[in-house]
Amino acid sequence: MRVSLFITCFNDTLFPNTGKAMVALLERLGHQVEFPMGQTCCGQMHYNSGYQRESLPLVRHFVDVFRDAEVVVSPSASCVSMVQEVYPRVAAEFGDESLRREVAALSPRVHELSMFLVDVLGVEDVGAYFPHRVTFHTTCHSKRMLHIGEAPQKLLRKVRGIDLVELPRADECCGFGGTFAVKNADTSIAMLSDKIRCVLDTRAEYCASADNSCLMHIGGGLHRQRAGVNPIHLAEILASTDEDAPAAKEVRS
Amino acid sequence: MSREGVPPLPVSAPAMPFQDAARLSLGDTQLRFNMGKATTTIRAKRYKVVDEMPDWQNLREAGRAIKDRTLRHLDKYLIQLEESVTRVGGKVHWAADAEDANRIVAGIVKSHGAKEVVKIKSLTTDEIGLNEALAHQGIKAYETDLAELIIQLADERSSHILVPAIHKSRAEIREIFRRTLENTEHLGDEPKELAAAARAHLRRKFLTVPVAVSGVNFGVADTGTICIVESEGNGRMCLTLPKVLVSVMGIEKLVPTWRDLEVFLQLLPRSSTAERMNPYTSFWTGIAPPGDGPDEFHLILLDDGRSKVLADRNGRQALHCIRCSACLNICPVYERTGGHAYNSVYPGPIGAILTPQLVGVENAGSLPYASSLCGACYEVCPVKINIPEVLLHLRGEVVRHKQATLAGKLSGENIAMQTVARVFASPRRYEAAQKAGRLGQKLMVKGGVIERLPGQLGGWTAVRDVYPIAPQTFREWWKQREKVSNTKTVPRQEARP
Ligand code: SF4
Repeated sequence: MRVSLFITCFNDTLFPNTGKAMVALLERLGHQVEFPMGQTCCGQMHYNSGYQRESLPLVRHFVDVFRDAEVVVSPSASCVSMVQEVYPRVAAEFGDESLRREVAALSPRVHELSMFLVDVLGVEDVGAYFPHRVTFHTTCHSKRMLHIGEAPQKLLRKVRGIDLVELPRADECCGFGGTFAVKNADTSIAMLSDKIRCVLDTRAEYCASADNSCLMHIGGGLHRQRAGVNPIHLAEILASTDEDAPAAKEVRS
Repeated sequence: MSREGVPPLPVSAPAMPFQDAARLSLGDTQLRFNMGKATTTIRAKRYKVVDEMPDWQNLREAGRAIKDRTLRHLDKYLIQLEESVTRVGGKVHWAADAEDANRIVAGIVKSHGAKEVVKIKSLTTDEIGLNEALAHQGIKAYETDLAELIIQLADERSSHILVPAIHKSRAEIREIFRRTLENTEHLGDEPKELAAAARAHLRRKFLTVPVAVSGVNFGVADTGTICIVESEGNGRMCLTLPKVLVSVMGIEKLVPTWRDLEVFLQLLPRSSTAERMNPYTSFWTGIAPPGDGPDEFHLILLDDGRSKVLADRNGRQALHCIRCSACLNICPVYERTGGHAYNSVYPGPIGAILTPQLVGVENAGSLPYASSLCGACYEVCPVKINIPEVLLHLRGEVVRHKQATLAGKLSGENIAMQTVARVFASPRRYEAAQKAGRLGQKLMVKGGVIERLPGQLGGWTAVRDVYPIAPQTFREWWKQREKVSNTKTVPRQEARP
């Protein structure tokens, strides 16, 4: 299949390894991968902060860039839910009829990585090898907006060598919430502290998730505490094989 | 509207932005412990009783649909309710705002020469500040719900819509009782003892006070029946012993027919107290035969901002709320800050969308931001109020309001957001910004992370390190890979991580 990657501004700028892992993974599964260079940002930060009219040009831009894609796959559940759930609202409220039609035609073709693999391609075993103790944080957007279900767990369970441990209170918010972490820093910190306590309780080496924005939050806290637990995106686990297993530890160094 | 001489009302513009009020409660160890314990317990219980219901999702949908239809024809159903209540011997009053409603209640109490009223726990009367308004007229209101009584005796404000004293421990409650109630010198802190002390105090009131005031959980348009659900039975005492009964009902608490109750009386107890059925569900239709309850019944239909909410197509679903408090108990923000941080009788997620609509976003602009948008509230809401969607809608209103003033236009946040939007709209500008950012962060990056950010962003780095802009962005890597594969000197695979 011809897969267009939507890497998201966040991953492009801060976590390029996640995108690289997606390329490796999808090519290994035999797909033709392309990265439309015109892509930038889905507009979620603007929309969620109340600058909703300002997100309109970004919606238009996204549609322009991906109009001809067969499928669009992204490593960010929250950006995908922006496209699927919020784009129709933005187009209806601020846009015109043609944008509305284009959004309606495009958004069903935009998928989050694990749902794409499990629900669209029907693949669970991607041939990965990751000999580490891993716990998985279900992000709020993947659980409650995209209804991602068990897709990540299905994929992770098939990874060879992995020691998957359940995270206590896995589906509770880590307190990131975009600008929430800045506007309500104190409350956000209180939520993060509880989340980190749960992660440490698992004694995992890696805390994985399907969204780097939450991982930036949890990982930033873990790093400050010098807790010795690495945040890792699901794609990076799925991409690693026996050959690069020794390198896996450096994934986020 | 003049509220001269009346103490500050519970639903008024919050005195302090949420983030500042939250900071105060976050540091309160006792509160954090009490809240965490209470919400965790009730959550677990709720999951259990909801899981038993195979048709729960259908029930939610039915609840949503009934509320939706009712609100669409609210005018028609309200008139029908007025006719029904009048037919069965009640008297209906219309109150445009809090002041109106308080005046009507005070008038009724005075017309009976009474100086005291007993009250059934009611958010609506808290919303209009009835107790304070009555006190101003020399009338004393006694709360009869145990938790509400604790709050009243402590001279505090509620922090939960169902369990107002959720933030209090047993030991704290004992101290309050010892301070304020007679014959309590030897009171222990066992729940049984505490309840007995309250009962002794309340019994005296039930038997002597001539007027009772209640809120309304549901008002049935076709029969004129009023419904109250409660857990302790004190409400039932208020509904049978006093001579006069006054019920204050928010106009959205309407259901068209008796049959509609079937849906809500299943949704409400499981969502609120995690019980299969309410311990006490009382209905009254007009006045009772002599000697069998009040012989005078007044129903006050309160607007107080509700028709304004109704007019907002996106925000009106907040009026579906049946005040079960499930969204409070599940909310990770509420769990940590407690209810007082919301500065309103309606705290938690529902408060964050209802209060700004009732008092205007310009007066409560911090509340729509008092959420990480995790969506847990939407998932549990028995009538499917899409709280995150309304929060986002109200954030949009807050920003529109800000942008309407020059100061708002020139605010740092607005300028930053406009600039970033312009940058993101063009791949060229976006790439340039990545490069500039990488240069700019140079001095801040230490050991692969940034430990301190300037200005407003400093809140982030208080306890969190920041990952800097990567030495090579994904798009730079991709460009390089394309170049390599085009010249075919290196096999494509080698560019992998
Ligand atoms: S918004 Fe929904 S969950 Fe919250 S109190 Fe109202 S009915 Fe209950």
